[in-house]
Amino acid sequence: MRVEKHPILGDAGQRETVNITVDGRVIQARKGESISAAMLAEKLRICRHTTKSKEARGLFCGIGQCTDCVMQVNGVPNVRTCITEVQEGMTICTQEGVGTWEAKDE
Amino acid sequence: MNNSKIDLLVVGAGPAGLGAAIEAAKRGAKVLVVDENARPGGQLFKQIHKFFGSKEHMAGTRGFTIGEKLLQEAKEHGVMVMLNTLAWGIFKDNVVVVKKDDQSYSIQARKVVIATGATENGLSFKGCTKPGVITGGAAQTMVNIQRVTPGERILMVGTGNVGLIVSYQLMQAGADVVGIVEAAPTVGGYDVHANKVRKAGVPIYLGHTVVEALGANEVSGAVIAPVDCNFQPKKEEAFQVECDTICLAVGLSPRIDLALNAGCEPIFSPVLGGHMPWHDQRMRSLTDVYVAGDVAGIEEASTALEEGKLAGVAAADDLGLLGSEERDTIYQEIESRLNKLRSGLYGDKRRVAKLELMEKGCENHEQR
Repeated sequence: MRVEKHPILGDAGQRETVNITVDGRVIQARKGESISAAMLAEKLRICRHTTKSKEARGLFCGIGQCTDCVMQVNGVPNVRTCITEVQEGMTICTQEGVGTWEAKDE
Repeated sequence: MNNSKIDLLVVGAGPAGLGAAIEAAKRGAKVLVVDENARPGGQLFKQIHKFFGSKEHMAGTRGFTIGEKLLQEAKEHGVMVMLNTLAWGIFKDNVVVVKKDDQSYSIQARKVVIATGATENGLSFKGCTKPGVITGGAAQTMVNIQRVTPGERILMVGTGNVGLIVSYQLMQAGADVVGIVEAAPTVGGYDVHANKVRKAGVPIYLGHTVVEALGANEVSGAVIAPVDCNFQPKKEEAFQVECDTICLAVGLSPRIDLALNAGCEPIFSPVLGGHMPWHDQRMRSLTDVYVAGDVAGIEEASTALEEGKLAGVAAADDLGLLGSEERDTIYQEIESRLNKLRSGLYGDKRRVAKLELMEKGCENHEQR
């Protein structure tokens, strides 16, 4: 849920939007926010599955320390989504295990 | 960047790091601050509540305002700040190696202040790794910086000031806090914060702990239970609480990896959050290395700022930049402000623990 009104911080106001794709689904994010924030606003909380037991993991510390929220972003695995800002056209995928590097189409 | 000589390199742009940088720069030192984050200020910019203490500690001012003031002051005194820059090692002759944009650089400094802050503690229970179990700091970042609630029905664990304040801030953001769980028999934080959440109708489960996070893939509820005199959950009295998020505010630990890498001696103090680098009365941990803020023992932002200032003044002094007249007064001034912050029911314990920490290592340091 987005916090549009706030008693101390005031109104969020109109923020520019960017489109990102999470596991094939296009979602509208706000410019300047983290991938984690954009996903939480859409109630998407699973970032990856662990290598051995395939358990789901998601955001934990929110400041880039714990690495629980890593995902594959634009073909690069292990990107900490809590401290990575959204960019127009970003492609984000749930990471399986340690992830894989995607070959770039040149 | 390679081999550029800096008077003082500060690792961490939170209140302690900025405080150190400003005080040293004020006295003529060439100061560089590096921080791994994209924004400076450490955790100050998510603190939307008013700070405590007296006027000289900027009491009554909200955390983010203090952050803005510090950044302004740093700028005025010519402090350089490098962001997105991770300090990953401190080597011989004060060579600090940093990484920025996948490139490593070595920076040599005459003095180094380590102000790397803290890491939030986790809590072990069944399902504690499920998406939806997050830290208090993560919740605060989400609602106050990113402006997204981490969930809609939140169970908080821990009634220290972080747990209480973040609970209130989650409500200010429009989330529902379904309860606060506390293993101890009494609330840990200040009454003023506890009363705010109580008034809002949030139940505080004293003498309880979380036993399990429910849900197939992500949190869809919690099981909590009262604890016995050994803090073990009485499972036969466990009950379910409806929630979609479990928020852990169960303390912090000093983030000491860089300090240890530099060669600082770890000292253990339960009151101050675990292991932390030994330091003397002027925050000196090694001949050229100072520590300040949460890395030197968990306290709070105002104390971190004062410790930072102390480290900055001490570094300037050791660099020969402090006038003899000023030397007579400045240490006393900072010390008196620190003592005020470390007084009262909670503060006294920290003041005593700090003194013990300094004494403990002292013997070893004299032996060397």
